[in-house]
Amino acid sequence: MAEFSLPKNSKPVEGKEWPKPDGAKNVKTFKIYRWSPDDGQNPRIDTYHLDLDDCGPMVLDALIKIKNEVDSTLTFRRSCREGVCGSCAMNIDGANTLACTKYITDAKGDVKIYPLPHQRVIKDLVPDQTHFFAQYREIEPWLKTDTPAPERERLQTPEDRAKIDGLWECVLCACCSTSCPSYWWNEDRYLGPAILLQAYRWLADSRDEATGERLDRLEDPFRLYRCHTIMNCTKTCPKHLNPAKAIAEIKKMMVERRL
Amino acid sequence: MATDNRPLSPHLQVYRPQLTSVLSILHRGTGIALSAGTLLLVWWLIAAATGPTAFDTAQGFIGSILGRILLFGWTFALFYHLCNGIRHLVWDSGKGFELGTAYASGWLVVIAASVLTVICWIAGYAV
Repeated sequence: MAEFSLPKNSKPVEGKEWPKPDGAKNVKTFKIYRWSPDDGQNPRIDTYHLDLDDCGPMVLDALIKIKNEVDSTLTFRRSCREGVCGSCAMNIDGANTLACTKYITDAKGDVKIYPLPHQRVIKDLVPDQTHFFAQYREIEPWLKTDTPAPERERLQTPEDRAKIDGLWECVLCACCSTSCPSYWWNEDRYLGPAILLQAYRWLADSRDEATGERLDRLEDPFRLYRCHTIMNCTKTCPKHLNPAKAIAEIKKMMVERRL
Repeated sequence: MATDNRPLSPHLQVYRPQLTSVLSILHRGTGIALSAGTLLLVWWLIAAATGPTAFDTAQGFIGSILGRILLFGWTFALFYHLCNGIRHLVWDSGKGFELGTAYASGWLVVIAASVLTVICWIAGYAV
């Protein structure tokens, strides 16, 4: 049964307000979720002020500036800072996205930053993704074949190759899965949009020979069919992919193989 | 490392409502409302089969201000659930998933359900 409210130990409280920068004219306020595993306290929302005239344009620039110059204990994941690694996925201004490709000025008013929703928090903006990647492993995300390996690569026509466009670009940032209310309530058994898009990436690949076996493993009231086409996933994808459509294609394959 | 005290990150509390999720929960809500409304219909039919006094009681409630507000709500629930059901059928065929299309079809469903509700009530009072 879905729990709509947060457990007692998870309810955020008002946190510390850090000093405003001296002499700044263009100040933006950031309200950031903080939690430390070391002090036994509830999560808190800390307030930081930055001078935008002295800061890069992206939310990740702001986070890095805070960590470097204001509060070195602020913890978050980041790597490529250009939207290809998927590390800095978080909830910014009420929707999931990558901090590195989100403009600070896109947020009207204060910039509110939370970890990806409905995840166990390791520290501050870092959620535990063990389960998410275990689900990824479950769909066996590699090329599966029965036919003997050819002397060179397994070839594919340009048309067949085009069928996995819009799928291979997924960086597994988990923005879509953690935007999905159905995944919030059923993440123990529902695979969620990111993993299902990945599943379809292998179903749609003309070189893969395990289509039937893959569909058998997905044909389950929870793994696949907890998708109710809410479409929060497609709305939030920072790579502008369409997990909702990929899931619909899997559902279609389920029907078509019966005909 | 102790992991069982890890807090759950905020979800409904912080996620911005948007057309995608609002129309989805409205579909669920109108579905539940329609199930409840069926009970009223059953009461009305049983009352009609029982006799004039029982029927007058049922008719009196349905015709009251509260009854009419409820009926208006159910009319909208019916048309919304119907129109959005058609939207879901189109999705099941694998079409209409582009974000712009999904937003357009979402607004179309809201407008169509509202217009049909109003037409239904105008027609109801006209005859």
